[in-house]
Amino acid sequence: MINTFRNHPDLKPLLQKINNNVVALDGKALPLKFMEVCGTHTVSILKFGFRQFFKDTIKFLSGPGCPVCVTSAKDIDKTIFLAQQGYHIVTFGDLIKVPGSQSSLEKEMAQGATVDVVYSPFDALAIAKNTTKEVIFIAVGFETTIPVIASLVLDAYAQKLNNLSILCLVKTMPNVLRYLLTHLQGQIDGFILPGHVSVIIGSEPYEFIPEEYHIPCTIAGFEPVDLGLGVESLIDQIRSGSVKVDNRYTRMVRTEGNTAAQVLISSVFQESDVSWRGFGIIPLSGLGLKAEFEQFDAEKKFDIRVDDVEVKTACICGDIISGKSSPLDCVLFRKQCAPENPVGPCMVSFEGACAAYYKYGE
Amino acid sequence: MCLAVPYRIISKDGNKAIADVFGMKKEIDIRIIEDVEIDEYVLVHAGFAIQRVSQEDAKETLELLTELCEAEE
Ligand code: SF4
Repeated sequence: MINTFRNHPDLKPLLQKINNNVVALDGKALPLKFMEVCGTHTVSILKFGFRQFFKDTIKFLSGPGCPVCVTSAKDIDKTIFLAQQGYHIVTFGDLIKVPGSQSSLEKEMAQGATVDVVYSPFDALAIAKNTTKEVIFIAVGFETTIPVIASLVLDAYAQKLNNLSILCLVKTMPNVLRYLLTHLQGQIDGFILPGHVSVIIGSEPYEFIPEEYHIPCTIAGFEPVDLGLGVESLIDQIRSGSVKVDNRYTRMVRTEGNTAAQVLISSVFQESDVSWRGFGIIPLSGLGLKAEFEQFDAEKKFDIRVDDVEVKTACICGDIISGKSSPLDCVLFRKQCAPENPVGPCMVSFEGACAAYYKYGE
Repeated sequence: MCLAVPYRIISKDGNKAIADVFGMKKEIDIRIIEDVEIDEYVLVHAGFAIQRVSQEDAKETLELLTELCEAEE
């Protein structure tokens, strides 16, 4: 923490000022509870020592903003089922270690399954062009990632690739926040909103948070100063009693977001009810392919058969991504569960709360 | 996973461009960035440019990132 402060002379006075302002708040129970929605924010909060610095004044709750963490065990089982059929699976790296009910993609690879880890979804196009096998891209991600997945589908369509499809597991932010607000009423004092999701959607989709729930929220970036400014904004809103969607990441986020990206998304996808780990199905909280792109939908193309098996472990990832528990509440944390042998997705993903606590926690 | 970093455009060809970040050159997709020009900065996530960024803002972000990387060493 000190290392980072040394490089940011303005940061420590800023954090000190915020702390003093929290202590001076009238009639508010401390610590305040702020949810950082995005997994990258969780990492920053731990890495830059915010959690420790504000330990008496602000409690940071991890939110549902790690795409791998919110993917349900059943959806992981679908990816494993497809790998077991001999199809060529293409995915982002984090996903392969996530345990399903019986196995993981990584274990299937050891058994001979073909699984390629890529940095960009476009790599799936190149892979599909060079094989006659069915290639399936496991599409996880939020609004930041959805435009590139939409582009992958459009390119596959334009190039008439008939051996490429996606297992569409993408999710969107606004309605999961609404779900949390209705289920955790009174337990969240403010939201630190995800910076790069907001680059795409802008600030308007969050307006219901101050309007309907009277809770302050601020779009923030990921560097220590960005995060400090985000927290400062939440405290200022609480102090003044006038809540809004503040944008403290104006160097990247415009009010209207990126409209070209929004058009791209809606040309390929439509809103759909999707399942989240820990929450179950949330109405209109994800996207599915539009009918004209059905041929690229792995769920339609293949007969995916997975059971509803309840995985019995003491893993509390579901509670962690809904802000109800902290990794430190899990009996497996640092014992049976560690990054080398993760029991749940929150320990797998670099931006999962358990992995962040493991790496940077005190 | 939602991280995105500013890249500088070096050359472009249709939807694709070659761009530089910290001296590394990578192919990125620029289809949603209207009329992007050489030497302009774009915010890139998973090989896809999601936003045009002013030179000043890009430099600020890159400096922050560099400082953090140095602090980590
Ligand atoms: S420490 Fe491991 S088992 Fe416990 S909640 Fe986190 S991922 Fe699950």
